[in-house]
Amino acid sequence: MSTSDNSNRIVRVAAGQGFWGDWLEAPRRQAEGGPIDYLMLDYLAEVTMSILQKQKERDPKMGYARDFIGAVESIWPAIAERGVRVIANAGGVNPPACADAVRQSAERAGVSKSVRIGVVTGDDLLPRLDELIAGGHVLANMETGEPLSAVRDRVLSANAYIGSTPIVEALSKKANIVITGRSTDTALTMAPLRFEFGWGAEDWDRLAAGIIAGHIIECGAQCSGGNCLYDWQNIPDLANVGYPIVEASADGTFVIAKHPNTGGRISIRSVTEQLVYEMGDPHSYITPDVVADFTSIRLEDTGENRVRVFGIKGRPPTDKLKVSIAYRAGFKAVGTLVYSWPDALPKAQLADRVLRERLDNLGLRFDKVLSEFVGASATHGPLAGDPGDPPEVQLRFGVRGEDKSAVERFTREIAPLVLNGPPSVTGFAGGRPKVEEIVAYWPALVDKSVVQTRVEVLG
Amino acid sequence: MNVRLLDIAHARSGDKGDTANVGLIAIDPSWYRVLERYVTRERVAAHFRGIITGKVERYELPNLNALNFLLHGALDGGGTLSLKTDAQGKVFSTAMLRMVLDIPDEEARALKLPGSKQWPTYQRSPKE
Repeated sequence: MSTSDNSNRIVRVAAGQGFWGDWLEAPRRQAEGGPIDYLMLDYLAEVTMSILQKQKERDPKMGYARDFIGAVESIWPAIAERGVRVIANAGGVNPPACADAVRQSAERAGVSKSVRIGVVTGDDLLPRLDELIAGGHVLANMETGEPLSAVRDRVLSANAYIGSTPIVEALSKKANIVITGRSTDTALTMAPLRFEFGWGAEDWDRLAAGIIAGHIIECGAQCSGGNCLYDWQNIPDLANVGYPIVEASADGTFVIAKHPNTGGRISIRSVTEQLVYEMGDPHSYITPDVVADFTSIRLEDTGENRVRVFGIKGRPPTDKLKVSIAYRAGFKAVGTLVYSWPDALPKAQLADRVLRERLDNLGLRFDKVLSEFVGASATHGPLAGDPGDPPEVQLRFGVRGEDKSAVERFTREIAPLVLNGPPSVTGFAGGRPKVEEIVAYWPALVDKSVVQTRVEVLG
Repeated sequence: MNVRLLDIAHARSGDKGDTANVGLIAIDPSWYRVLERYVTRERVAAHFRGIITGKVERYELPNLNALNFLLHGALDGGGTLSLKTDAQGKVFSTAMLRMVLDIPDEEARALKLPGSKQWPTYQRSPKE
């Protein structure tokens, strides 16, 4: 395809899921609410891979975002009859198992003849970890500088963030559902634009535009009125919030829009809030495909709920890929109790002191003990100032450490406070806190040359 | 004149590991230079002193009328390690907007900044 054929063509990529646990209604509403070409579903946050890895440990057929199966089930007519193509990183740590489940769903729905599933693998570095370390790949923690060897025996998963190229390949092999593992969130949006418009692998500005389009819609409604602080009181009809759609042109400019008759609001302000979300150095938004420069972005209101995005500059990527590593990092538990007026805060503070003394008396040692006073200072700390005498305050008390039995013992010290601690206490109906194993995140870099992605198209 | 950030800016925050980022956006484009001049890296470090354990970085995005701050050591280890309610730094945005700036009256009037005597100037300075 040459760009001249594309001069007036618009490609629509709709976001239907901003994380695993997002609104189940959104994919269907995006598929049915108006014209779209692609539905992009982002399921993976930093911590999601570790949750999926735990599920795969319990059952080797799991380890992917199961919500995805419900999502495709709700839109089979759009996929099979209207040609909407779906791109999702729902594969998690097990893309082939995810593809199996989608295939079975297609058979149940009687549409398997018109469904071709592309599966992208190769991001999983776990089986090669020792070989990589032996070969001099230190996989140092990007935050602390520590080499991975320090926690090697506790590693649960290791996945490279991969870019748009294998998704483009799956689309060119006529896949209408593309399932990846740890693709970057932004590649899920950029890949179909690169495929449709035939952008070159070194067309830095347009690739960067596709990445920034992806960044804007990867958190679903967070750019279309959800979690929008500016004028939040007047954002209309959040109950029917419209998820965002990128209307892209071949030249790399695009409009952020949403279906008609939906709620929420798309404005320069809502889009800007999403642009700065989870931002690092805005000059260098590094992806496997391109380094995008957020200081080049220009925004223009072009009508109700329409923002045009243009001017974007990009430059060549680095020779590294980011790696998402999950490792076992001990145990934690968090318990809560609610104290009521009068003097809710001093009562909760006394309970905190009593609890700490009892844990000390038991000889329990933790890496960290944190108490917060929800309703007084939990989220803004001393910046919140004097809370006065609020109607209630929740004591939220957490511990973490390597010793599971100590954390377990802690969980049995919350309930006794109801009868043997400060007065006017309630809100303990949830029962004893649960002990949770911590699977922590270890970000690292690896040479691009050691990661080979594979694309298989089934059907 | 005392000007509260909440009245001249909006914000969104998020996390990368143990670092929280706060994107601070001028409500009126002409107020961006107030943010640029007065919401310095030092000022933000003083604002969050005792709340974060690491350094503060600042980046400028005049094209979006926005500043981006990285607050290191903000999240008790971050992600799944953190015991905090706000383990993912989602409301550092509004904590930032509590900041009160002392703007020269003439400049504040020229830019039509909404001010109020109700807001005491934030007391802690980087020199303390």
